[in-house]
Amino acid sequence: MDWMAWTWPTAIFFLSIAGLLIIFSILAIKFPETPRTGILRIETTRGDRLFITLLGSAFINLGWLGIVGAHQPYALLVCLIYAFAVFRWV
Amino acid sequence: MQEKTVNQKAWFLVLPVLVLVAFSAVIPLMTVVNYSVQDTFGGNQFFWAGLEWFDDLLHSERMWNALGRQLAFSAIILAIEVPLGILVALSMPKSGFWASFCLVVMSLPLLIPWNVVGTIWQIFGRVDIGLLGHTLDKLGIPYNYTQDFISAWATVIVMDVWHWTSLVALLAYAGLQSIPDAYYQAAKIDQASRWKVFRYIELPKMAGVLMIAILLRFMDSFMIYTEPFVVTGGGPGNATTFLSIDLVKMALGQFDLGPAAAFSIMYFLVILLISWVFYTVMTNLDRREGK
Repeated sequence: MDWMAWTWPTAIFFLSIAGLLIIFSILAIKFPETPRTGILRIETTRGDRLFITLLGSAFINLGWLGIVGAHQPYALLVCLIYAFAVFRWV
Repeated sequence: MQEKTVNQKAWFLVLPVLVLVAFSAVIPLMTVVNYSVQDTFGGNQFFWAGLEWFDDLLHSERMWNALGRQLAFSAIILAIEVPLGILVALSMPKSGFWASFCLVVMSLPLLIPWNVVGTIWQIFGRVDIGLLGHTLDKLGIPYNYTQDFISAWATVIVMDVWHWTSLVALLAYAGLQSIPDAYYQAAKIDQASRWKVFRYIELPKMAGVLMIAILLRFMDSFMIYTEPFVVTGGGPGNATTFLSIDLVKMALGQFDLGPAAAFSIMYFLVILLISWVFYTVMTNLDRREGK
């Protein structure tokens, strides 16, 4: 962990992203899908929706930090709701 | 009929690229994320800072001002370069010697390195020895890019327009060249006006390349560093301190690695979001055109 000053929180952050990528790769191999068009009227696959979720979550976290400024873990709750919405409707 | 065997081993051929990208992009990016939540006083000693830097930056006037200037700069140069580029492309000859001549002349500014462009304009705009600065001064127009905010902005904008309009023009020209003559003949039969030919034939046919031009120009202007740094150094005051100039000041000038890393991540997220929007619009345009 001394190498490049890694810390557990950052390690967990990257491990969860890597984990998500692996899970979605396995899903893509096991259950191939055709892209669908959702409320944004763009064609998306599961991978696209994951990307939209992760990028949006980053902005939700920053927004929470900038506007609310406290109880940061609650931002993750908003992210989960957002993720659900993206995977359901986008 | 014999069933085709599926062999996924070819994926291993992608490995060298993955390793290369890991070392050139992924690991450095991870390091930035890692630094953004820590503080250092040098000597490779790091201390946990949590979200402090992000919190500071989100409430820092300096960052918002730099972002505002950056967006204004990108918006202004796009508003000038795109219409101007289209206009230039429309007035270029379609074939023959002059077409090739124009293409070569148009591509010249693109070949000049950024810092040289900066130096050219830095000298060109000087009141004592520069042609532009001296002429304006003699005409009685107050112009001094080292002291006057409007002069500094005008210089960096005109410099960018001079440097990059050709790119938009060349891309638009390529789009125009791909329109078959039959379209123009049909327009002539229908007695369409010049404006209608542009609006309903040329513009839709150029839409794809124009999106690429806008994306390239937006990204490049959003990350601009060298030219304004050479000409104005971010001044006068902070008037032309765009995001990357501010970031370099923070990271290398003040050696505030933590805040600079947090700044980089936010900068990266904005660029990622805008690129994604452009990319999505572009691929959807292509799909609609049935490419």
